[in-house]
Amino acid sequence: MPIYQHIYENGFTLVAEPMQSLESVAFAFLVPLGSAYDSASRAGLANVVCEMTLRGCGERDSRQFVMDLEGLGVESGESVSVSHTCFRGAMLSTHLADVLPIYRDVLLHARFPEDELEAGRQVAVQELRAVDDDLSQKVMMELRRGHYPEPWGQSHQGDIDGLMGITMEDVCSQYAGGYRPNGTILGVAGQFDWDQLKDLVGELFGEWQMSSWEEPAAGMLKVHHAHLACESNQTHIAVAYPSAPYSHEDYFQAWGSVGVLSGGSSSRLFMEVREKRGLCYSVAATSRSLKHCGSVFCHAGTRADRAQETLDVMLAEIVRLAAGIEADELDRLKARMKSSLIMAQESSMARAAAIAKDWYYLNRVRTLEEIGQLVDALTPESINAYLKKCPPKQFSVVTLGLEALEVSVGVS
Amino acid sequence: MEFLEARLENGLTIVAECNPDAHSTALAFCVNTGSRDESKEISGASHFLEHMVFKGTETCAVEEVNYRFDKLGADYNAWTDKEHTVYYAVALPEYQDDIIHLWAELMRPALREEDFQTEKQVIIEEIRMYEDQPPFGADEQCEQAYYGGHPLANRVLGTAESIERLQVEAMREYFQRRYSPENMILAAAGRVDFDSLVRTAQQGCGHWERFQVERLTKEVVSLQGSQLIQRPAASQQYVIQLGNAPNMEHPLRYAVHLLVTLLGDSSGSRLYWELLHPGLAEQASTHYYEYADAGLIMTWLCCDPECTEDNVKVISEEYQRASANGFTLEELSRAKTKVNSRLVLAGERPHNRMIGIGLDWIRQQKYRSIRDDIAAFDAVSLDDISEVMRQFPLQDTYSVTVGPLDDLAWPTAPGSSQRADVAEG
Repeated sequence: MPIYQHIYENGFTLVAEPMQSLESVAFAFLVPLGSAYDSASRAGLANVVCEMTLRGCGERDSRQFVMDLEGLGVESGESVSVSHTCFRGAMLSTHLADVLPIYRDVLLHARFPEDELEAGRQVAVQELRAVDDDLSQKVMMELRRGHYPEPWGQSHQGDIDGLMGITMEDVCSQYAGGYRPNGTILGVAGQFDWDQLKDLVGELFGEWQMSSWEEPAAGMLKVHHAHLACESNQTHIAVAYPSAPYSHEDYFQAWGSVGVLSGGSSSRLFMEVREKRGLCYSVAATSRSLKHCGSVFCHAGTRADRAQETLDVMLAEIVRLAAGIEADELDRLKARMKSSLIMAQESSMARAAAIAKDWYYLNRVRTLEEIGQLVDALTPESINAYLKKCPPKQFSVVTLGLEALEVSVGVS
Repeated sequence: MEFLEARLENGLTIVAECNPDAHSTALAFCVNTGSRDESKEISGASHFLEHMVFKGTETCAVEEVNYRFDKLGADYNAWTDKEHTVYYAVALPEYQDDIIHLWAELMRPALREEDFQTEKQVIIEEIRMYEDQPPFGADEQCEQAYYGGHPLANRVLGTAESIERLQVEAMREYFQRRYSPENMILAAAGRVDFDSLVRTAQQGCGHWERFQVERLTKEVVSLQGSQLIQRPAASQQYVIQLGNAPNMEHPLRYAVHLLVTLLGDSSGSRLYWELLHPGLAEQASTHYYEYADAGLIMTWLCCDPECTEDNVKVISEEYQRASANGFTLEELSRAKTKVNSRLVLAGERPHNRMIGIGLDWIRQQKYRSIRDDIAAFDAVSLDDISEVMRQFPLQDTYSVTVGPLDDLAWPTAPGSSQRADVAEG
């Protein structure tokens, strides 16, 4: 299937992938305002801005906004990452032309009712408080905060001082500068007519005024060690190390090595940590990418008296990657990837977001076919050459639990 | 979309919703067994057994199981609840037979002592993980109190103590008693070659010995009351309320699904406007669970401890208002659009259809297409919704709260309140 793309004069980018077997269509707006844009004294602002955009836009108050989306059967959601605010939805394809104008108003004509600021702030405060009770999220947040260069480790939940200090002026100025066409990417996937879609999006967003705001500067990854004391049943272990970013020519080599480590239940971490030793219920490693730097993040949770062994085995397996991977490990990974690429064609929501993110990282979209070819081209030799050149090292380690652990191997 | 059904001589039923336009094939063995079928002595055995199935057979060790699934590129897993254990895999259509062969082998597991002892540690870690997560076991505490001595009170995971005590012989005996082909079905959805499916199932499962399996069903005599579990280290306060609802065969079950959407959906519902939109709660929702002999409406609240008493009161008032005045046609119409739209969107993935048709069949020996479900939702009237609330009063609940609070006044009726029993956290 082709990927359609169009860049409007104001920089707004539309990318779209037809999925003819579906009745649905999905969209994902990636608006270039994430938590990295929050100032230290207003940590959590992007999240509050997102919440406030839903409290009335254009001719609609907040109640009418929700009723209109429900009336059209839209499954919608919003999220704020470090780089973007994402507004997404899925629906029967016949409703797309009625739904996109509503989101034009969200992005261009939010009403920001003064009397709803407190409620919007409280939604964000509740979300922040809930993280305190979610230990795996808490440990990963601390890992990102210390491992990523500032401001790229800032969580979208912010902090209580930041949230309490936010004024309506802050919200309006962040919206006016940060919600901008230059840098906004709209991904659409599913059933649609490209010519009609392109014209409709042009009519809705073509007049949106550009802004001079730019993404915060990139930076260098850091090595971060920390322990968060907590009277929990389990000790949580979070490890990160540098890897190739999504846009890098070595990305798929790095991705392959992480797949050998943690893709499927025959992978090394699952076999060594869970299956052979029964150390924990879940252990996983995943590739994560900022625009300019990539990382591998790993997590496991286990009881205090087995936590040291769990960390030791995890680090030993990560370090052992440098000694190389085997052909049959790569074969299994390729089989899993082939399936997941084909199954990706069954979810319009996932594809809409994926193609929008591709554009952010690459300024183009990789088709599923192209990704398949890149995976097919991987060989044990190519991955081992990458691992020789870039062996896992410079580990950031954050633990949460009763006692701190020794980080004994592979630390530089 | 075509529905097909076959039955092997030993009673194993095969059901499939075949969609030639799908990209994948989803396959599941659904076993009609869960925690409600366990005695106290083997609490947690169904779920532990589900883990042990992946440890392989007499001729296939765990490494080989994992290698074979991964070589097929399958997305596979399993889950256990109170009434079912479901083993599934989603893969490319060309691997349909290989997947069935593999699952069929695993459905007769070795249950080796050594694997049992290793996996026991994994299960205990899973239990400890959930004990650290909201609502910190309060959901199970609430179910136990609400159901009294009914088997639906049994915990799916068991407890660390019950798992520690469990012996492999007891699990083998449980397996011998529950995994009869007549107590299982093979469900498939997506791009399915049905003739080949039946043929492969016959080869892999046709020799399984059939025996009779029974489930003890009885009327739920639910309890009302409340409990407070103190957990000073928690940041938020959590509340669970359980109330009676129609069981899975009840003609009003579609009306209940719409009722909980109207009351406590994540957007646009009564609780959304009263608690979530004003920022008074992080989560406030209403859910419906259906079982063979019982139904359950669960209300869930997560909020700032200081707001909890007021929020619980708001929920009670909203439920009273709904019971007294019902809903508008416009509200009902929006709820129908929302529910039906979700059905269609979810139905695009064979994985979701496999679960849907598998559970429908194992529960009621019925096939319902998405269009059938949409028609059933469309037929629900405002009177049906009111009838649910008349027959199953929303106010009659058992409530448990867990969090930093050391006291909470529960609303019982307008103008009065009741203090909670305090339990140790």
